[in-house]
Amino acid sequence: MSAPLMELRGVSKRFVRRLSLGDRMAAKLGAAVETREVRAVEDVSLAIVAGETLGLVGESGCGKSTLGRVAAGILPPTTGEALLDGQPVMSRGMNPRKLTTRVQTVFQDPFASLNPRRRIGDTIAEGPIAHRLVGRAGAEAYVAEWLGRVGMDPGYAGRYPHQFSGGQRQRIAIARALAMRPDLLICDEPVASLDVSIQAQVLNLFLELRRALNLTCLFISHDLGVVRHVSDRVAIMYLGRIVELGPTQAIYADPKHPYTQALLTSVPRLKRRRDVDRHDFRPIAGELPSPLAPPSGCHFHPRCPAANDTCRRIYPAHTALAGDRMVACHLHAAKDGAGLGASGLPKAVAAP
Amino acid sequence: MTAQAMTAQAMPAPVLEVRGLRTHFFTRDGVVKAVDGVDLSVARGRVLGLVGESGSGKTVTGLSLIGLIDAPGRIVEGSVRLAGQELIGLAPDELRRVRGRRIAMIFQDPMMTLNPVLKVGTQLSMALRAHERIAAAEVRRRSVAALGRVGLPSPEQCLDAYPHQLSGGMRQRVAIAIAMLHRPDVIIADEPTTALDVSIQGQILHEMQSLAAETGVALVWITHDLAVVSSLAHEIAVMYAGRVVEHGAADEVLSAPRHPYTRGLLESVPGEAAPGGKLLQIPGSIPALVDLPPGCAFRARCPRADALCEAMPEIVGDGLGRAIRCHHPLEAA
Repeated sequence: MSAPLMELRGVSKRFVRRLSLGDRMAAKLGAAVETREVRAVEDVSLAIVAGETLGLVGESGCGKSTLGRVAAGILPPTTGEALLDGQPVMSRGMNPRKLTTRVQTVFQDPFASLNPRRRIGDTIAEGPIAHRLVGRAGAEAYVAEWLGRVGMDPGYAGRYPHQFSGGQRQRIAIARALAMRPDLLICDEPVASLDVSIQAQVLNLFLELRRALNLTCLFISHDLGVVRHVSDRVAIMYLGRIVELGPTQAIYADPKHPYTQALLTSVPRLKRRRDVDRHDFRPIAGELPSPLAPPSGCHFHPRCPAANDTCRRIYPAHTALAGDRMVACHLHAAKDGAGLGASGLPKAVAAP
Repeated sequence: MTAQAMTAQAMPAPVLEVRGLRTHFFTRDGVVKAVDGVDLSVARGRVLGLVGESGSGKTVTGLSLIGLIDAPGRIVEGSVRLAGQELIGLAPDELRRVRGRRIAMIFQDPMMTLNPVLKVGTQLSMALRAHERIAAAEVRRRSVAALGRVGLPSPEQCLDAYPHQLSGGMRQRVAIAIAMLHRPDVIIADEPTTALDVSIQGQILHEMQSLAAETGVALVWITHDLAVVSSLAHEIAVMYAGRVVEHGAADEVLSAPRHPYTRGLLESVPGEAAPGGKLLQIPGSIPALVDLPPGCAFRARCPRADALCEAMPEIVGDGLGRAIRCHHPLEAA
């Protein structure tokens, strides 16, 4: 693997409740004002190599969308940095701003991500015109080209979003993102709101465009089947941290982290053979903890069948495993496969 | 042979039998035939998966079974028999005695079931006392037992909690506990795990499976998720544009679909194809239900469609427990 295109270095993102005027006055007067902090993303290091698709999997509230937004330069990280070709995606300082248009995002809800009052042609052309990828004169042909590429009739450019179905809107959202000629495309649950038959159409389109344009992608999803289908590598997130990372095939065949193992066995999978037993779920015990008050030590320990005393106290360091894999679990720390040139992977980072 | 004859022979005495159900919505834009001739049946302790995409009429079917269709919708025709008793045409107060006691429903969003300003305990007690005259101590005992049965960790504390103090998975468990209170014959579950996280979904599916087996309740599980039905349902009915297009034993339908739509749906699911490979896709999109053209509703998207498909196919049993609504079904495996 070559040098990473996108590199996240020790990225953390915390959200703090903004204090009201009353709270601030009370704080000035010495009252104890509750400042609760959501640790959405905690010390994440990731590298995405040009040409690959990295799948980012986790349950709701695990911080996968927040991480995607940090990588896209929509949110500034609280600590750490997001680098594209070694250059930060955002400026530093009081009012950080997105510096690059080279990262584009396709969002989950195509009903919310397209301006309902604009013709879709204008929506697609706006970015490329503003950034001089195309002149006003050439905009119409440019839009037609991209509509064609996502399998839509170029004549639809004059229509409004409400005239399209969910699947068509998601195609438009993909065209809008790709018309900016991004180096990195971030797909945040792009098919989660679509019906199965439409989902297959959009996934096929995605795979086709990825091949044709040699796209690099961060593909965020909660759907293990979808991620398996499109990703070269997978990162599993739990409560703001990456718990396992590695090539897709290897992780699905032999998950190392107890959370990944549990996730893979508790998800119902389409079984089409007649001989399989219907009663074979092994659900994960317990509730998903709140990111407002994550458990001590390893965040997964209250639900983990193999948790011991160390797990309750110390967050496990990232352990590099053979085959370009990484896992954050005390069970694997002992058999540390030292000296594995985990190229393209983040160095093993010890968490505080 | 008709679907009725077929399913009757395949299963022991169904507790819920639906025949020729038609629910139409009379809107300004025209008549929406959301459900247009649905036959179903479920026996005790069995799970029927009612599968379809959005707009296929699966939810309206569920609401029709329990008598919750409001204007401009109306059940135009059909019969719903619960343990021999006809539900269509029952007077509202008679229906109220059946609903919640002998047939119950669980919704996708538990907040549709739960009242946000009442404690969980109050809501359980209201549900109990709607159908039975029982003393307060007995109400409490049965409420705690019901919450314990659905796997809530501390049922006593849960009684004093408001719905917003519970997580999504716990709320759905409370909704299930309420549905199970009177040990109904039938529970209709409309996408009850869709809004939940995968790990919580796994827990709920696991519990519903054992509850159905233990209590003998018949489940109608409405979902768009084929993976969920494949692990839960004994039988599957696939709906498209208001009609059942294929019906049969779950394993059979999933391993050898005979309706082109069922096959298309199954092959659209990633995980079947080689990673990175092209998924088989169904072209086009789901038709609007207003003014559906005559004939098979799937024909515009179907690779096997021809002139014959301009006439609506009847649903026909194959004598082996499968019924298909198609002029050109795929070969049996």
